[in-house]
Amino acid sequence: MSSLQAQISKILTWSCVDGPGNRIVLFLQGCNFNCITCHNPHTIGRCNDCGDCIADCPTDALTLEGGKIRFDPALCTHCDACLVACPINANPMVQTYSVHDILALLGKHKDFVSGITVSGGEATMQLPFIKALFTEMGRDPALAHLTRFIDTNGYLGAAAWTTVLEVTDGVMLDIKAFDRDTHRRLTGRDNARVLDSARMLHTAGKLYELRYLMVPSQTDTAGEIESLMAFTQSLEGPVRVRLNAFRTHGVRGEAAAWPAMEREQVEAAARALAEESTGPVILPALW
Amino acid sequence: MPSETPHIRHIVNDPTLSSAQKARALSLEAENSLPYPALDRETQDALEARLICDMYEGHAPYKPRYVLPDYGVVLKNGSEWLELPVPQTLDEAIHTLMIAYHHVPSVTAMPVYIGQLDDLLLPFCDGVTDADLYQQIKLFWRYLDRVLPDAFMHANIGPTDNRVARTILRVDAELKQIAPNLTFLYDPKISSDEILQMAASNITKCSKPHIANHPLHDEVFGERGYGIVSCYNALPLEGGASTLTRVNLAKVAKLSDDVEDFLTNKLPYYVDLNFRLTEARIDYLFNQSGFFDSFLVTEGWLDETRFTAMFGIFAMAEAVNELQDKIGATGRYGHDAQANALGYKISALLDGLVSKRPMKNVWKGRAMLHSQAGLSTDTGFTPGVRIPYGTEPDPVTHVLALAPHHQYYGSGVSEILTLDETIKPNPEAVTDLCKGAFAKGFREFTANVGGNDLVRVTGYMIRLSDVAQFHAEQGSRTNTTALGAEASKQTLILQRKPRVVANELLAGTNQ
Ligand code: SF4
Ligand code: SF4
Repeated sequence: MSSLQAQISKILTWSCVDGPGNRIVLFLQGCNFNCITCHNPHTIGRCNDCGDCIADCPTDALTLEGGKIRFDPALCTHCDACLVACPINANPMVQTYSVHDILALLGKHKDFVSGITVSGGEATMQLPFIKALFTEMGRDPALAHLTRFIDTNGYLGAAAWTTVLEVTDGVMLDIKAFDRDTHRRLTGRDNARVLDSARMLHTAGKLYELRYLMVPSQTDTAGEIESLMAFTQSLEGPVRVRLNAFRTHGVRGEAAAWPAMEREQVEAAARALAEESTGPVILPALW
Repeated sequence: MPSETPHIRHIVNDPTLSSAQKARALSLEAENSLPYPALDRETQDALEARLICDMYEGHAPYKPRYVLPDYGVVLKNGSEWLELPVPQTLDEAIHTLMIAYHHVPSVTAMPVYIGQLDDLLLPFCDGVTDADLYQQIKLFWRYLDRVLPDAFMHANIGPTDNRVARTILRVDAELKQIAPNLTFLYDPKISSDEILQMAASNITKCSKPHIANHPLHDEVFGERGYGIVSCYNALPLEGGASTLTRVNLAKVAKLSDDVEDFLTNKLPYYVDLNFRLTEARIDYLFNQSGFFDSFLVTEGWLDETRFTAMFGIFAMAEAVNELQDKIGATGRYGHDAQANALGYKISALLDGLVSKRPMKNVWKGRAMLHSQAGLSTDTGFTPGVRIPYGTEPDPVTHVLALAPHHQYYGSGVSEILTLDETIKPNPEAVTDLCKGAFAKGFREFTANVGGNDLVRVTGYMIRLSDVAQFHAEQGSRTNTTALGAEASKQTLILQRKPRVVANELLAGTNQ
């Protein structure tokens, strides 16, 4: 059995918004985008053990041992002061789990879930772990019925995707913008690879859901929504689209001062999409 | 000699009660002007201190608390007493049931059980089109809600997947009425995945039906069957429960020196007193009230040997926390393994005490343990074995913490899982949770979805909009809204915390 490990910032054993049914969700630490609209910026960086956050912890849950940050969950009060203190958007509470640990967790919860979703951060930055985990799940008769999903920003290259798709049941992929400049401004990266990934995953029958974040005056424009429509139509066969609405909750920096996305506009976009597009259009569950 | 009795005058003049509700309250006053069935001093004291409780039922039990007639009898034979012929068509069958319900008493004076409706109606459905069936059920449902407006009134369907069950689910989701309450009996070997999925989808729309773990109940009740009524009571069909009495575990814990004293002295003592209370009430019902001479018994709708005694307990959470305090342990009920284990130990002890005690005029000669949902006056005490309002962990952790209790409570466990609205587009998650709960031994699965107007309070349904209106002193058409209004003001029921469902990545919590 694989002893590969992953850096995981959080595990949920109950989630109904990360794919079909109830799912165990692993939030893998680290991201290769740097979205200014990120609701969870502390998932982006990887800790460099600088120790800057230690002084801000009110309960001494953080210490430096042999040059490495050490986190004691028993002392933590979940105040998140360390996340604010970290200069590089990292998280000292991240823990290391092996494939074996996650299989054991799945064994305990298998009666309650439809499957697992690896999310992030950007989960595919720890692709060997995902591949090992999904492969072991498929081999274990007690877990083989569970579906295996990846939630991604789509930046992974095509060759890397092919190494994991065989053991993956579905992918949820975020498109942040269609206009290349807008995409670069919002994420720090070009969107060509994202769109390629979406096409490739759809052709492979693995694209469970396309996600599109509507940000006022940036990605809610008529042009962007038309591009989204055109893109879904360019894919052969129906595609499920989820529209997300920008909110400032958790956002840091410049975007924290941006207005939240209005419900009416998201609904109008959904109506337009539903008329033209080939699959279901999903709206936010809460406003 | 007439005299002025202010509390009776208050009932008569209460602008928020309907005439029927006033009549019911007045009849209780009359019953309670009689002396209580004779109790010994110790039992009397414990009752007055509410260490044990009779659910404030009247002083002269003249009807069983829960009556579950076999309505198949009147559909098959008609009724001589009611001068009803044998029904031949679906209209006639439904009409016969509508008449029958009016003759079935219970604690609320309205029927708590209206039958295993698919079994009852399916034989009349040959040749009835889907459209006709839909229309008939819809009218039937409207009648039930308007004429018998009591959320304790309960219909059962399942475990088979059939036309009547599907139509009922469809109508129930469309009308979103308080009454009737509805339970789907689920058996993984018999029920289809589609009908379970339909039930789960209904839960996201109106927090109904509630789902019963049929194989577990079937094992307890066997061939002559059972029904689920009121706040998730599982009771013998053709019978029911003569009484529901209960022990306040928190008060018993408070009186105890330590865990040892609680387990070996105090709890057995108050269990014994609660038995004495139960016996006195059952004795009156069977030997003095004349209930069992009724046509319901002589025509075979009911069998007097099939009435159980429900032995209720509540405030397990406060009891465990109190005992933890006494031994200087900080772990809280529902969250800490040691505290939870103490809870399981208490349930196992109760099971032993209740199953050892022979009882007269009780089904199989033994009472049945029940995790009781609570009353509107239970301020500061959590229903049954539930985790206190507002402190519940996520639904899966919640289920895992409570599942080991369920094996002991043969006559039902009242439990509600609160789910965030984000579950609405994903009813499969409800199905997953339900299947997981049943795999871990849950007898019943009940979920409330945040944002629904129709919600469960302790075990019955109310409309949030009705409660708001009642608080504005406008009165309500349904009996349980009055109860619910009292409950929501006095206890923290409406503060039951909607579960945070994957609120993306709240860092550091729950690791
Ligand atoms: S979240 Fe935990 S580790 Fe971080 S500062 Fe607060 S107590 Fe310390
Ligand atoms: S979490 Fe951030 S501040 Fe804390 S040690 Fe790591 S890099 Fe430094």
